[in-house]
Amino acid sequence: MKFGIQVNEGPYTHEASVSALNFVKAALDAGHEIFRVFFYHDGVNNGTRLTTPPQDDINIVQSWSELAEKHNIDLVVCVAAAQRRGIVDEGEQERNGKDANNIAPGFRISGLGQLIEAGIQCDRLVVFGD
Amino acid sequence: MSTLHTVNKSPFDRPSLQTCLRLAGKGNAVLLFEDGVYGAMQGTAVADTVKEALGNVSIYVLGPDLKARGVGEDKLIDGIKVVDYKGFVDLTVENDKVNAWL
Repeated sequence: MKFGIQVNEGPYTHEASVSALNFVKAALDAGHEIFRVFFYHDGVNNGTRLTTPPQDDINIVQSWSELAEKHNIDLVVCVAAAQRRGIVDEGEQERNGKDANNIAPGFRISGLGQLIEAGIQCDRLVVFGD
Repeated sequence: MSTLHTVNKSPFDRPSLQTCLRLAGKGNAVLLFEDGVYGAMQGTAVADTVKEALGNVSIYVLGPDLKARGVGEDKLIDGIKVVDYKGFVDLTVENDKVNAWL
């Protein structure tokens, strides 16, 4: 079955991101396909490679990046939510005249249409948030 | 058409569980996870509401989140079923839609 996942919370605010990670891993283990993970609202904070949690903490951003690379998962960060919160890729850096970018490996910035498409294309859309 | 309702907050933090149980259709499934697992415990202020709802919906609770909070399965209301993450995935497959009560 084809799954779309929506994450509305940042990596270290509530449990949503870790729950979503666990769900995605379990779905992949069961042979399902993860069509896309869409990070919305504070969920965009999952997409900065500048996150540096203490060594004995789970590195949630890195976990997403590794999972995306291993299973070729499309991790999409909402552009409007990202702009508000300072999540920037090369294209956004240039477009908005910023001096740096911080998007984590495996993530890309795009629009809300990507969430709508996931809702249409997927058999199930599962939402994790606060 | 069956719906899986997910509730991830404690019923003592906000009323999402109570609202969900009031509005869920007959034969629907409800999964309690994260702090939502407190709604599955015996003897709480919402336990009677949850017990009553079991006549209308199937209620499941996520085992790893119970364990994280030190809630033993012997503390659960009779009739509530414990599932792991694979069981969570299976519930989303068995039901036609998934509705998160955020």
